[in-house]
Amino acid sequence: MGTFLAKRILATIPVMLIVAIIVFALIRLVPGDPAAVIAGNMATNEDIARIRTELGLDRGFFAQFAIWAKGLVTGDLGQSFFFKKDVTALIAERVGPTLSLAFLTIMITVLIAVPLGTLAAWRHGGWLDRALMGFSVLGFSIPVFVIGYLFAYFFALQIDWFPVQGYKPFSAGIGEWIRHLLLPALTLSIVYVALIARVTRASVAEALTEDYVRTARAKGLPESRVLIKHALANAAVPIVTVIGIGVALLIGGVVVTESVFSIPGLGTLTVDAVLARDFPVIQGVILFFSVLYVLINLLVDVSYVFLDPRIRY
Amino acid sequence: MSRAESPQERSTATPVLSVRDLAISLPSGSDRSHAVEHISFDVQAGEIVCLLGESGSGKSVIAFSIMGLLPGNVHVSGGDLVLNGTALNGATGIDAARLRAKRGTEMAMIFQEPMTALNPVMSCGEQLDELLAQHTSLPANARRAKVIAMFEAVKLPEPERIYASYPHQLSGGQRQRIMIAMALILEPKLLIADEPTTALDVTTQAEVLSLIKALQRERGTAVLFITHDMGVVAEIADRVVVLEQGKQVETGDTQTVLSAPREPYTQMLIASVPPIEPPVRASEFAGPPALRVESLCKTYLSGGWFQKRRETRAANLVSFDVRPGETVGIVGESGSGKSTVARCITRLIDPTKGTISLGEQALHLGSADELKLARKRIQIVFQDPYRSLDPRQRVGEAIIEGPLNFGVSRDAAMRRAKELMSLVRLSPEVLSRYPSEFSGGQRQRISIARALALDPEVLICDEAVSALDVSVQAQVLTLLEEIQARLKLAIVFITHDLRVAAQICDRVLVMSRGHVVEQGLTRDVFLSPQHEYTQALLASAPGRHFKFARNSA
Repeated sequence: MGTFLAKRILATIPVMLIVAIIVFALIRLVPGDPAAVIAGNMATNEDIARIRTELGLDRGFFAQFAIWAKGLVTGDLGQSFFFKKDVTALIAERVGPTLSLAFLTIMITVLIAVPLGTLAAWRHGGWLDRALMGFSVLGFSIPVFVIGYLFAYFFALQIDWFPVQGYKPFSAGIGEWIRHLLLPALTLSIVYVALIARVTRASVAEALTEDYVRTARAKGLPESRVLIKHALANAAVPIVTVIGIGVALLIGGVVVTESVFSIPGLGTLTVDAVLARDFPVIQGVILFFSVLYVLINLLVDVSYVFLDPRIRY
Repeated sequence: MSRAESPQERSTATPVLSVRDLAISLPSGSDRSHAVEHISFDVQAGEIVCLLGESGSGKSVIAFSIMGLLPGNVHVSGGDLVLNGTALNGATGIDAARLRAKRGTEMAMIFQEPMTALNPVMSCGEQLDELLAQHTSLPANARRAKVIAMFEAVKLPEPERIYASYPHQLSGGQRQRIMIAMALILEPKLLIADEPTTALDVTTQAEVLSLIKALQRERGTAVLFITHDMGVVAEIADRVVVLEQGKQVETGDTQTVLSAPREPYTQMLIASVPPIEPPVRASEFAGPPALRVESLCKTYLSGGWFQKRRETRAANLVSFDVRPGETVGIVGESGSGKSTVARCITRLIDPTKGTISLGEQALHLGSADELKLARKRIQIVFQDPYRSLDPRQRVGEAIIEGPLNFGVSRDAAMRRAKELMSLVRLSPEVLSRYPSEFSGGQRQRISIARALALDPEVLICDEAVSALDVSVQAQVLTLLEEIQARLKLAIVFITHDLRVAAQICDRVLVMSRGHVVEQGLTRDVFLSPQHEYTQALLASAPGRHFKFARNSA
């Protein structure tokens, strides 16, 4: 296990390097000059050239990369062109709302999807099963922003249960924190409930056909125990895998949700940075996201050991 | 001794299980309307009753109906099931909750495949503990002590360690002991054993059978034992119920049914059991060997960068040759290396060391192209005809695929396929059907036809009849011998079944843990085994002392 972890962590280094190169190159291939954006509409060509020099954008591609890469090694992601602040500080400021939203979303998703999928598998072909399958088609097909505005309209504007927009940090009290996040989290969770409930259903349904489930019933155990301790416990590996994928996708998904509900997280930061051609921020945020991806995958792989004693690294 | 009880005595005692005129209906669209009909028998305390039948006889369905574990679309449609005076079904029967409370306490079940019947993600101890937690009010430490004591009673080594082990860490025999411990820990009146030793090696089977017998004697348990194996019946049963296609054919005490069966079906079934004594065979085969294997070794290395390297010798210095028209058997238990040898010979895996010659050609050295040509001369028939044929390929296509690869024209290949179908006693018309339309025996005939399509000189049969019912097995074995006589095939016959080996092999190799411990003429090896492993193997064959009824024909 120790050697496995060491190997996996070492393996992230080349992954991060490749991500860094691609992000760095791609941004510079997209049309749009950050210096022109900063200088504004009234600026002359000289102004723009001066700003470009200040930002270091007049140097060659490889020279720019070398400077950035040197910073990376020491944990310095550079300075934002637009906010004039360290990118690391910007990410630290904005990471709280994003992680809060992702955490709450995944909690809601798992709490709804896993029991629902398990029950649907248990009563295979029953009304719950068919309703769930119908719902999941719907959940996959409706875009997040449509659900977001619909929810905001009904729950915030019509019946006024929740605020329409905004964010309160955890330090402002757990009640306020949840009240501000619940609507966006629900919005985001719909597609993941659809995904994870389906996987849970398929996985538990398969486990229910196994011989050990028959053994459990032959032992005179109640159905609830047969379902949870025997079927669900054996179905856990694929479910956790998909939850892991869900968490990773979720972090990408918050970009849209944060815009709809005006949450000052990494999603809005990314959108602002792209619009302003704020290269260091875009690079930093994407690199940060990819570190999260790699960590989540590692976490999922490690969790297998606890879910299935046959898996050893 | 319960066996000595007269029928009169038996009928006066209240039976532990009484089955009267049982009918179980199948969902519409099945090949028959009832899984079983008009089934009646009793099981007394301390008695072992065998339900004997081939696949499709309905023997397992009866077991599941007693336990109340039939699948949703199959249900008891008539008759009475009575356990210790309590009706389990019908208008006077108990409800689902009370039936559930009887499972594990008054009646318990052991299943065929202990690997899949145990929960792989729960420790063995926990799996027994949850049974006690459900049905008793014992505190945790008392439950643990009871489980450990039960593990000792089923003779599991180091019960403390086994308690914390997971099923995959144990051997097949140990897993089945866990199942037996689980079934008997609450001292049920009735134990239902559904083919409990079918998936086990013969030496393990002998141990498990004697364990079941010892425990049921000690506790006076009534046992309903389901099996297809006449040898096992001879070994364990007091009485037998013979089933054919859902009908009760014959019922009686074991001695009478096996040695003097009344019904033609029972007679046929028992006559199909291959005798364990090998017949006298011509022992000289002329000509150079078709296949020669010398000092074959296969070693697996495991472990990588950081872990310690481990060497597993799956086959070690195996040497033999097979002449045209001769059948050489490789017998052994699981893990003995017999299948490894088969796969090395066909180069499905590469041997680590040693030479394999097919006539003049050295098979172990060949390049990919030479190997492809050699493959034509050596063909293999696999164990499971349900999985070795592509379900989406018509059987004709499966048969001609090989010849087409070697440049035979489609018409010629099809003509040959039709001849082969006649050779394996199937109608040439069925070539356009899919494998799912055939029974297991028919599929194995198709597999043989497929192997013969390339006109091989050597045929490897890897447990080729092990998945078949005994009556079908007898037909396929006869067919193989006929084909061999006609085509002068050299056959390597790999099997764990000593009875089959005794009947079909001219010579045998006995393998254990990768080594050939003994080899010689089948009759010599079976009648005077030299190596102690061979002796143990032969001593474990169920029903070896029993004189089965033989047809005079």
